[in-house]
This record gives sequence, structure tokens and C-alpha cells, in this order.
Amino acid sequence: MESAVKVERVFKNFQSGKTQIEALKDISFDVGKGELFGLIGPDGAGKTTLFRILTTLMIANKGNAWVDGLEVVSDYKEIRKRVGYMPGRFSLYQDLSVEENISFFATLFGTSLEKNYELVKDIYVQIEPFKKRRAGALSGGMKQKLALSCALIHRPSVLFLDEPTTGVDAVSRQEFWELLRSLQDQGITIVVSTPYMDEASLCDRVALMQDGKIMDIDTPKGITQKFSKPLWAVTSADMYQLMHDLRADERVDTCYPFGQYHHITFAGVNQEIQSIEKSLVDKGHTDLTIQKIDPTIEDCFMELMNQ
Amino acid sequence: MSNELAISVSDLTKQFGDFTAVDAITFDVKQGEIFGFLGANGAGKTTAMRMLCGLSLPTSGMANVAGFDLYKESEKIKRSIGYMSQKFSLYEDLTIRENNRFYGGIYGLTDQEIKEKTQFMLKHLHLESQADTLVKALPLGWKQKLSFSVSMIHDPKIVFLDEPTGGVDPITRREFWTMIYEAAHRGTTVFVTTHYMDEAEYCDRVSIMVDGKIEALDTPAALTQQFDVKGMEEVFVKLARKAKRSDN
Repeated sequence: MESAVKVERVFKNFQSGKTQIEALKDISFDVGKGELFGLIGPDGAGKTTLFRILTTLMIANKGNAWVDGLEVVSDYKEIRKRVGYMPGRFSLYQDLSVEENISFFATLFGTSLEKNYELVKDIYVQIEPFKKRRAGALSGGMKQKLALSCALIHRPSVLFLDEPTTGVDAVSRQEFWELLRSLQDQGITIVVSTPYMDEASLCDRVALMQDGKIMDIDTPKGITQKFSKPLWAVTSADMYQLMHDLRADERVDTCYPFGQYHHITFAGVNQEIQSIEKSLVDKGHTDLTIQKIDPTIEDCFMELMNQ
Repeated sequence: MSNELAISVSDLTKQFGDFTAVDAITFDVKQGEIFGFLGANGAGKTTAMRMLCGLSLPTSGMANVAGFDLYKESEKIKRSIGYMSQKFSLYEDLTIRENNRFYGGIYGLTDQEIKEKTQFMLKHLHLESQADTLVKALPLGWKQKLSFSVSMIHDPKIVFLDEPTGGVDPITRREFWTMIYEAAHRGTTVFVTTHYMDEAEYCDRVSIMVDGKIEALDTPAALTQQFDVKGMEEVFVKLARKAKRSDN
């Protein structure tokens, strides 16, 4: 598969007072044409720095990167014509109206809303009723849709979206991912970052990032298949006490709360489910359930963090 | 958890012009309870929370927070509660010790009390060696845990947490919830908002706001049963899909 994005051994440092911050440490990956690729990680992982390098807004200290076959430093002007970028912070003109913002960004790229209407239609119809409203007076969800419309207006070949769903409720997040899928169907390569681990499963492939490093790159399925141990979900009537008792048990290696369950792995190879169950009942736990489960991306992320 | 009420709200309403941001909400929170306050963007959570913290006067309705009347005793309410959010937490250009002195001073603690509290907090969070480090030099996860501790420096009866774990890594997010559990076990009431639906499962009870109204309120287990679904994520989606408003 041809690469839409190629990153080779990229390093980036920042000076903050007396300390040197290593924002990116030896980052390499490829994104195929037409792929929906996710950068998954918490704040401070280096996701935004990586986006800035790829959109030619920042230069790496070491290493190299290409977008659409063009090198990010020498071909920066050509790249800027071809990529769409939606930064994490709302960065449109607050005192221009919705339609003024759209026509401003369209004009910059020598195009118009009419020419590329098909591409942005699904998104733009939702904000069209407010086209005379100043962007600054829009609600959060509407701002996000306007920003996406502006990032798409010149029909980019690669779209970079930096945390588009942060602080967004579960329903709006689902709707946003449906939108991304429909853009992908129109042939656009999408690189999207998110701190929500559950969104990883909606990408074709993901890079799990932490502290400036990529811990793993694979399909969501490929990542969860690499989880090193059998994983179990445990519940009882008193989940707080259950967590303490499981963590105090030498036979238990890891125990993390996961919504209604605690996910645990065992230290040894022999899983002594019956004996664990018995000792929990002896400690007074009621309504105890233990079942074997498939790991989620979040289980894998935490396992990689602990390595 | 005791039977004493930490928060008691009836028909609480806030209007901005002809827009009803919060529409006659009624609920109680028990002392020592972890109460999850959920809702879609724009449902009115922030407005409701601002009223409960004594920062915004209701248009109508009644509310009692930490034993004080919202209309007549808002200053007493402010002294009896703690508050933290992802956006508002500590002063980045002060050290840990200085932040403690600042917040302790604001809440009227004596120098001796501030000293003791600071020592206890640093030990508890294993941050003894970092006492004189600027907050901006700390990793985000530490900042959030520290910020939660500082919001309780004056032993408030209730602590309000507004999306406290946004952007935090998954291990720190769980350590943070362990701290919430511990606070509740000590008798502090925790009133928390979140977009992580797994965190909704950790609450004793959860309310879900849609378009200014509370559409559901119960334990996570009871809500899951009531809506005949597998977990809180599905409960939330079922209710919030009906929302007509959207905002941040």
C-alpha cells in the first residue's frame, strides 16, 4: 500500500526553563492511503507535537517525515495546499460569521463552497441554519462542525484531526465517528488523535502513545491479541473492598477497576480460580462472579505502560 | 454513607432571558455518597453546578447545600465545599507548598494547620521530594491528584469535581478514582461529572440531565436494569439521543 504519511525516527525537544522536555522520542510509522489511523494517548503523550510537524508548522530536531510523498521541510508549501488540519483548540475567526469563515478558508485555497459542496454537505447542512451567526456565538458542537467544514473545504488528501472528541459527550462522539467513516469512504486519509481508549476500536490501525513514545502500532484486533495473559472480570456486592482484597492477594498480578467489573490477571501460570473464589467468600464477599474476558485496548494500554 | 443529606434540591430553575438552562430539577445527595452528575453537552450541568456552589443565583426553586440555604447563606456554602475541574486547579507558577499555603489561607486555616495538612498530603501522595517544585513542572496525572487533595485542604463536607479525569492516562484515572473512594469512605460527599461512562459505574447513584431536566436518577445497577441494557454507556446514549439542545 502506498503511504499517505511516513514518519521516520523523529525526535523533538523543547526547552522549558532549565529543563529539556523530550516531546517525541524516536517516532516512526506509516499511514496508508485511505486509511483511518488513530493516535491514542493521554495529554502529554506528544500527539499535538507530531501533528504540528506533519502539518509543517514545526520542525523536528532529528528524523524526517513525508505527507503525500512530499518532505515536510523542503516541500512545506505544497503540503499546506494538500492537507486539512483541525487543531485541538478552536482556531477559526470568532468575529466572522459561519459562512464568512467558510468562504475565507475556501478563498485561501482558491476554491468555493459550491465547488466542494458534496464533500462537506453532510456536515454543513447541520450548521447551515446558523450561517449568519458569528462563529464565537456558536455552541461547542456547532463550532466543531464548522471547524471540520473549514478543514475540508479544499478537498484535502490527508485530514489531521487533533482530539476532535475531547470533552464531547458519548452521543456526540458516536455521531462524529460516523462522520469520519463517511469521509473515509470518499477517499480521504484521516489521522485522528484521542485520549478516549474506546475510540481506538473505530480506527483501521492505531499507535498507542505515552511520554513521547509509540508503545505499539497495529490494528485494534492485533493489539488486543498481544495481551500477555488471560484476563478475568470480577464482581461482588462491595466493589471497593473487593479491589483491596484482590490487590492484597499475592496470586493476583494486576487489578484495575473497569466500570462494573475489576479486571485482574494472575501472577503465576496456574490460575487458581476456585481457590481465589474461596478466599474471597471467606473474607465475606457476596454475589461474587468471576469470568474470563477478552482484553480491551485500555487493558493493553495499561499493560504496555507497566512494561 | 449516613442518612444525613449533604445536598437537597427541589424545583431548582435557572433562566437566562427566555432560555431555561435548568428546568425544575429535584434531587437529594446523602452525606458520604459518590453522586455522578451526567448529561449531554448543553444539558445544563455546569449551570446547575454553579448554582449549587453558590456562584449563581437560581431563578426559582429551593436548595440546601451542606446545611445552608442557597439564597441566604451562599458565603457559608462556599466555605463548606471544595471544587476542582480539569480547567481550574492549581497555580502553575507556584510550588506545591505555595499552592497549599495559598488555598489554606483562602479558607482561613492557621499556619500550623496548613503545615500539618501539607505534610500529610505530601506523604500520602509520595511527593515529599517535590514540595518546592513548581506545579507546571509536574506530570498532568500528579497535578490532577494534587489538585484534588488541595480542593479538600479545609475538610469540606462536599467536594464538586467537574470532569476531573479529562485527558489523564488510564492508570492515573484509576488512581484518581481510588482517591475519590477514599474521600467518600472518610465521609466526604463527592459530586462528580464525567464523560467516561465506566466512571459512571463507580458512583453510588447517578443522575442524567437532558435539556435542563433530570431524566433518570438511581444506582447504576438499577438504571441498567430499568433501561434493559448492559451498562451505563447504553443508558446514557438512550437518554441523550432524545436531546434537542447541544452545547458545551
